[in-house]
Amino acid sequence: MAVTPPGITLRVNGATRTGSPEARKTLADFLRDDLDLTGTHVGCEHGVCGACTVIVDGRAVRSCLMLAVQAAGHDVTTIEGLAPDGGLGTLQQAMWDSHSFQCGFCTPGFVMQATALLTDHPDAGEEQIREALSGNICRCTGYQSIIDGVLLAAERNRER
Amino acid sequence: MKLPPVEYEAPTTVADAIDLLAEHLDEASVLAGGQSLIPLLALRLARPAVLIDINGIDELSGVSAADGWVAIGAMTREYMAEESEVIAGAVPLLAAALPFIGHEAIRNRGTIGGSLAHADPAAELPAVARALDAEFVVRGPSGERVIPAAQWFEGYLTTSRRPDELLVEVRFPAAGPGTGVSFQEVARRHGDFAIVGLAVSLALSGGVISDARLALAGVSYVPVRAAAAEDLLVGEKPSAELFDEAARRATDDIDPPADLHGSSDYRKTVAATVVRRGLRAAMDNAARGSN
Repeated sequence: MAVTPPGITLRVNGATRTGSPEARKTLADFLRDDLDLTGTHVGCEHGVCGACTVIVDGRAVRSCLMLAVQAAGHDVTTIEGLAPDGGLGTLQQAMWDSHSFQCGFCTPGFVMQATALLTDHPDAGEEQIREALSGNICRCTGYQSIIDGVLLAAERNRER
Repeated sequence: MKLPPVEYEAPTTVADAIDLLAEHLDEASVLAGGQSLIPLLALRLARPAVLIDINGIDELSGVSAADGWVAIGAMTREYMAEESEVIAGAVPLLAAALPFIGHEAIRNRGTIGGSLAHADPAAELPAVARALDAEFVVRGPSGERVIPAAQWFEGYLTTSRRPDELLVEVRFPAAGPGTGVSFQEVARRHGDFAIVGLAVSLALSGGVISDARLALAGVSYVPVRAAAAEDLLVGEKPSAELFDEAARRATDDIDPPADLHGSSDYRKTVAATVVRRGLRAAMDNAARGSN
């Protein structure tokens, strides 16, 4: 087979998408360059920073450590897919209210990783949140405001 | 960096994967979870002409127990192993080590076979496999071979798998009664590469240590069994003095590599500390199990 395999079909944020990426193209670059979903950020490009985290089949993965061709037939959710009506979801609103972020580069990765956590554990505690987010790097905040945002979202989930 | 151009094959059976390996040999890299290989490609530390992606081979994924062994398919993802009740019950040392691997998003893609075939001497699973004398099942054009862990790890990122062979399964012996285990790691940040790691399993019978297995990560180009410490421990009653001496013997002969995370001497000191900690924790674990 060649460097450009046959085209792929996948689900992205609930819609069927197609493309013909080169084998070497990561899912992160495919989302950004081919599908114009630039909300997924690319930081280190070797799996260390977590900025490119997306959800594949319900689990958080680093889209720089997965080839686009490997996403064929799978269900991908990116930051653009979290609040389709243009508003903010519970987690996003809680992070907004907690002033969780500053420059915004790491934001999509943290939000996707926290979304995966809260989907499985809607009322996650601080220790669980810290563990889940331990693979994401933020250079602005010192992390406390991010933890506070996820804790607030978990609290609001409990009040529902 | 972006990955270099590379050809891509995605076989759906082990037989097809072996045919492709036989065709491309050293020019090919097997792509499992990709959590180590893709960074190597991005950093140009690996330059295969062909990627053979085994994610589509369903028969390579799964956990089963039979005859005192737990067999784990090479493509079984680390999160699946973490969630496996069979592994939690029968291979508690593996269960203890899994949460130390990278971070959640890494374990969602990373595989048991991939980590063991990558053979990073600082990684968790190689130390566990070495401590427990796991068996590696590889399949090639001339059939299947079973390779004991002692012969699997040949060097830094190097195993005894031949270029035309595929790692299909790893077997771990089920822990016997009275077994206590612990996985210890010292890293700059939880989830980062270990400066030193330790996989330890102790079996107690009538208050005496009947079996001791210790393997260190991060102290050499392969995971290292602490045979001298094991010999000392077996037949003795556990005590702080005994564990101090075991830590000394476990680290007497090692000459760890130095890097920006720690000098050779520092690693040696840390290794002795994790051996003491690990032995105490394994004892506590055995005591809890017998209650």
